[in-house]
Amino acid sequence: MIQTVALWVVLPVLSVAVLLSVVRLAIGPSLPDRVVALDLITTIGVGIVAGAALAWEQPPLLDVGTVLALVSFLATVAFARYIERGIRSWSSNG
Amino acid sequence: MVVEWVTVGLLLAGTFFMLVASIGVVRMPDVYLRMSCTSKAATLGGMCLLTAYALQHVSDAGLAVRAIATAVFLMLTAPVAAHMIGRAAYRLGVPLWVGSCCDDLKGAYSADGNTLRSQPAVAVAERHGQP
Repeated sequence: MIQTVALWVVLPVLSVAVLLSVVRLAIGPSLPDRVVALDLITTIGVGIVAGAALAWEQPPLLDVGTVLALVSFLATVAFARYIERGIRSWSSNG
Repeated sequence: MVVEWVTVGLLLAGTFFMLVASIGVVRMPDVYLRMSCTSKAATLGGMCLLTAYALQHVSDAGLAVRAIATAVFLMLTAPVAAHMIGRAAYRLGVPLWVGSCCDDLKGAYSADGNTLRSQPAVAVAERHGQP
């Protein structure tokens, strides 16, 4: 039953969630909006990996989820530093 | 049998929270409100799904501990990432939603943005319209 739920409920609904986040990634008016959408997509990716590991009984997939969580955090922090450094160089130039 | 039902419940709850987070990120009016969706609902959803995985494989300690460790890592890093991106958005000057009641950070950052000055509690209370 768990495999059925994971395959026919968790994975389709999470795919819809990723599509909704991609909408915000495409239209998001400011750069932080897009970074937030990207962060959400990778967090949902961790959920998709957990669901896929349950649906197809593939335990090695769990490592993919761990690495995805690590990379998501580092990417968000790097984007935040990048945005703040951009502000500083603009204010020193102008 | 009970464990199976709890696992299915956690799976459905995690899926629901992640769907709510993505709906919120599309529907919310400004970046700060959108961030509250991704940093709370999506993290809770991910933790539910990973806990469901750990419950399903509770007899295999290596798998269960890895899943729990990933869930704890998500819980620890989501607030830090949301704080950093929110600070960057505020300093970039991303506008608040017009319906927001007040901006307690206004004027609190120094000109170069490196120091944050705290404000007297009386001034903050006045801005909120309380005695």
